Amino acid sequence: MSDTTPDRYTLSELCVVACAEVWRGAGEVLATGIGVIPRIAAGLARLTFNPDLMMTDGEAYLLAEPVALGPRTVPPVVEGWMPYSRTFDLLWSGRRHALVGPVQVDRYAQMNISIVGDYARPKAAILGVRGFPGNSISHPNSMFVPNHSPRVFVAGEVDMVCSAGFNPARWPDGKIPAGIRIGRVITDLGVFDFDGPRHAAQIRSLHPGVTRQQVVEATGFPLLGVESPPVTPGPTAGQLALIRERLDPRGMRSATFKEDRVIGTVAGTA
Amino acid sequence: MNKLMTAAQVVAQLQDGMTVGIGGWAARRKPMALVREILRSPLRDLTVVSYGGPDVGLLAASGKLRKLVYGFVTLDVLPLDTHFRNARQAGAFDVMEIDEGMLQLGLRAAAMGVPFLPTRVGLGTDILKHSPGLRTVRSPYDDGETFVAMPALKLDAALLHVSEADERGNSVIMSPDPFFDELMGRAAASVYISCERLVPTAQVCSRERARYQPFERSVVTGVVEIPLGAHPTAGVPGYGIDVEHLKEYAAATSPELWQSYRARYIDLDSHQAYVEAAGGQARINAIAPPVF
Repeated sequence: MSDTTPDRYTLSELCVVACAEVWRGAGEVLATGIGVIPRIAAGLARLTFNPDLMMTDGEAYLLAEPVALGPRTVPPVVEGWMPYSRTFDLLWSGRRHALVGPVQVDRYAQMNISIVGDYARPKAAILGVRGFPGNSISHPNSMFVPNHSPRVFVAGEVDMVCSAGFNPARWPDGKIPAGIRIGRVITDLGVFDFDGPRHAAQIRSLHPGVTRQQVVEATGFPLLGVESPPVTPGPTAGQLALIRERLDPRGMRSATFKEDRVIGTVAGTA
Repeated sequence: MNKLMTAAQVVAQLQDGMTVGIGGWAARRKPMALVREILRSPLRDLTVVSYGGPDVGLLAASGKLRKLVYGFVTLDVLPLDTHFRNARQAGAFDVMEIDEGMLQLGLRAAAMGVPFLPTRVGLGTDILKHSPGLRTVRSPYDDGETFVAMPALKLDAALLHVSEADERGNSVIMSPDPFFDELMGRAAASVYISCERLVPTAQVCSRERARYQPFERSVVTGVVEIPLGAHPTAGVPGYGIDVEHLKEYAAATSPELWQSYRARYIDLDSHQAYVEAAGGQARINAIAPPVF
């Protein structure tokens, strides 16, 4: 269970706030968050700085307002129908930003959720490519990785490229399509992007207490970015209240991490 | 025309080596009673096209698959299907692993009677590397862009589970998402639907309900009435995903546990016996619809 002291926030609450940022300025798009923290984050973005976002109930309906995670006591207000067939029509139009959880990521922002190891006889068969190929070439995508390590951020290319990325060798004449867009990568250590020279990965911010050396060692490929990155901004008192009371009253976010430790104090309340 | 059949008669129409599309999505509205009928039959070497759930895991664990055409296999509430994983890791069947949307386009191409549909989906990924049969095509127009030419996925048969139907093949799907059952039906040479309830024509499709009809009756070859026929997947409205059952299924990975799962739920004389083994009609109808 989280420490829900009013002025202190935990790692999961910091990650929710950092994840929500991927939808700032995204406009009237479908916000798809895969997993607990991304879903809370989409709700937070919708309730605060991007009221135009659309979101689904995770099944087939668009909801007028975000719902709390877990069993629903009151049926949510539906504002539209979004079965899978319509979801593909929408996503191919580009009007979506998904925040997904890859199993492997490489220096080219290519993601894998299919298999680990040899393709014919994989060490681990996971889900399959799912919608990653189509998502990656149609609309912006961001990533949430709760276990930042070289096993996720691999040294070479990922074992099965499910999401198209920025490897020029994979594109005719080395020309990367403009449709490939990566927002941010949020992990348990910091916030990253692929906005460096030739789409190189770089550090945007580090979570409180995390050092540059620590993330460099936990990443299988080089990371650019300033020598002393800023600290990831924590939640405001208002954001914290929305997370704890409105979006995740059961505290499901805490189970994301082995230990959801307190890592900061809300600005102005110390 | 009366299209009523039994599940056994449906499976008797299928042949070794056929390409079979299975409707539904993950752990939702899968024609599971028809799948169990296949498991009891001598059928083999099937190529299965599916938005995969326990249908795929059961067929894989029973050695029925020669090839799987898929974008994913998941049990929804349990992210991974152990039986699919084990068989996939052992290289037990060939795979054509494609994006969910490509699967849709392949079915659509078959439904349209064209050899392929162009798409950007798949470019820049390893999909084409692992399915070397997939080709690209250059736009004949001024843009000259290169596309993946997603080939038609022609099905010899499609197995689908619907809410209600009449004996002529009129049907409705009343669950929240019809998924791609319509395209599976149109892509298939023969289409067999199981339904929760067989009802008179006047009750299947009113003006209001006609929009829930996946396709006109001429698409349908055979109709089987199998109440609770999607169990342990969801058959909303009516019953949700049987999480408890799926956990038992997913845990049955050792030869002994698998044999006991088979004996308890598959090698039975009737669908009624299956429903009893799964806890009875009242228990299944009490399973709440899933919350995602």
